[in-house]
Amino acid sequence: MRTRTLVWKEMRERPVALLTCLLAIVLGVTAQVAVRTVTVHSEMAVALELDALGANVLILPKGVTLQDYYAADMHGETLPEEYVGRVALSKLQGVDNLSPKLCVPTTLNGQPVTLTGILPKSEFQAKAAWAGAGVFSRPVGCGAAGVPTDAPADPKSLARKRVIETLGEREALVGSEVAARHGLKDGDTAEFFGEKFTVLAVLPATGTVDDARVFAHLHAVQALSGKGEVVNVIEVVGCCKQIAGGLVDNLSALLPEAKVVTIAQVVKTQQNVNRLMENLSLVFLAVLLSVGGAAMAGTFFANVSERRKEIGTLMALGATPDAVVSLFVGKALVLGLAGGVGGFLLGSAAAMWLGPQLANVAVRPIPIMAAVAVGVSLVVTLLASLLPAWRASRLDPCVCFREV
Amino acid sequence: MLRLEAACKAYTRQGKTVEALRPTSLDIGAGEYVAVVGPSGSGKSTFLTVVGGMMAPTTGKVWLEGRSLYDLTVSQRAAVRGTRIGFVFQTFNLVPYLTALENVQVPLYLAGIAPKEQRRRATAALERVGLADRLGHKPSELSVGQQQRVALARTLVNDPALILADEPTGNLDPDTRELVLGLFEEFHGEGRTLVVVTHDPAVAARSRRTLRLVAGRVDEEPPGERNVA
Repeated sequence: MRTRTLVWKEMRERPVALLTCLLAIVLGVTAQVAVRTVTVHSEMAVALELDALGANVLILPKGVTLQDYYAADMHGETLPEEYVGRVALSKLQGVDNLSPKLCVPTTLNGQPVTLTGILPKSEFQAKAAWAGAGVFSRPVGCGAAGVPTDAPADPKSLARKRVIETLGEREALVGSEVAARHGLKDGDTAEFFGEKFTVLAVLPATGTVDDARVFAHLHAVQALSGKGEVVNVIEVVGCCKQIAGGLVDNLSALLPEAKVVTIAQVVKTQQNVNRLMENLSLVFLAVLLSVGGAAMAGTFFANVSERRKEIGTLMALGATPDAVVSLFVGKALVLGLAGGVGGFLLGSAAAMWLGPQLANVAVRPIPIMAAVAVGVSLVVTLLASLLPAWRASRLDPCVCFREV
Repeated sequence: MLRLEAACKAYTRQGKTVEALRPTSLDIGAGEYVAVVGPSGSGKSTFLTVVGGMMAPTTGKVWLEGRSLYDLTVSQRAAVRGTRIGFVFQTFNLVPYLTALENVQVPLYLAGIAPKEQRRRATAALERVGLADRLGHKPSELSVGQQQRVALARTLVNDPALILADEPTGNLDPDTRELVLGLFEEFHGEGRTLVVVTHDPAVAARSRRTLRLVAGRVDEEPPGERNVA
């Protein structure tokens, strides 16, 4: 005979009460797990979509006023290119991508065109690797963590992501309007500043000024235009959570001679969506804690009431108040554990079914949610059992004589 | 063995105070067989719970084997109940979801005895009351007489010095009653102290001393007078 024998046999003695109690906690945990799992996947999907909008932080020369996000580099003022290295080598968390740009006017087949110098991502990665910096790796908690992005080798990703992985010194990416006007296609040759460039890719139409541009390696554009080691703008793709947490201020501190601005709407949208989903999860958690906990407490009180004679007898036979409490706390532990595991399994299954239906996202079970589910379930059942258990331990043992 | 010093138990209900046990002083020596008789509502159960360490008297003291029961901590008093006192209940008070063996193991488990030793001692106790073939039966699968024998085995299993019984034969048929009284005689013969609250003249007749309770007052009944109410 051990405490667990008494707990287990008592639960088996009252299967209906046991199942009712278990159902309350399982349903509560199921709702919590399902909502949270769908929420997490929705957040990741939203983060992915918002990433596709491109940069959300711009580093500009002090005197420049931002008029058009897509033409943020179309001004005469410049920043030292060294700023790019400073950001890349810093240990700032939340900088996902950097894209410095320098725009210079030139001609193609005698017609004016804007040649934009860009720096491929591979060059920052190399610098970051040397310094051991965390740039280009999303921090923990960033919305899109673990979400696969576009194939990095695809040069056409520049149109959407404003970043390209690699670009040769004599390679160019041509906007759709320019390509149409000059009949250019992938693999053709175009001449700028008297130098021949191979068309690496014709970019898909975006409906922005980028369609009328040609993109080439920054260092090639700097050398050919004679501008030196400068850029007009550094576009930054930052993690929205980190932006809210002070990324802009940190960048400003790092680059005091520059102006750092956010694309507020992009950031706000993700923050609002994430906040809405988190709040929704919290509401469900509150409902679980209050309704589930109240139901459990009611069941435990009823259990104490119907076992008064048994408890009195145990006390007469030598049970201490602690021993009586342990019977109910032991029962709460069993129910909490079973409810947590059952709720996680059912909740994950419900999320996998509901995710595509309600949020149009594919959902996979989140392993860490098992620990959360069991933890929440245990806390709720233990809290719900404490007062009834305490009351049981304070029962007058004389009930074992009085009640017939 | 057991001593009451001006022990009194009073209840207050709706502003009225009722003395269920009036100030009582008495001694019960080791090995005595005492019957407590009296009409319903006279305070017999209150007497039993007060001397059993389950309900503190409003005033006065209760001594068991030289220790003032209600000066002990709650845990110490529970330990005394579990190891020095054995209770016999009118309705047996077996735990319905445990087998006969497990019911008898309960006091041993509460006293912190290892499971293997619990099993050995509980089996021996059930053998002693003639239920060796009913170890795995639940109370609902046993006759009333068998249930009371399981309860007696449970009382005995911790080798108590004092046995407190509340109407132990109230629910039994004549044959089982005789068997239970025979076991009480055996317990008494082993030197245990028995205090039996009863309405049953046959039980009182077997005792060596009778206390009469009337309206909370305890009176010693002279030997030879067996007027059980």
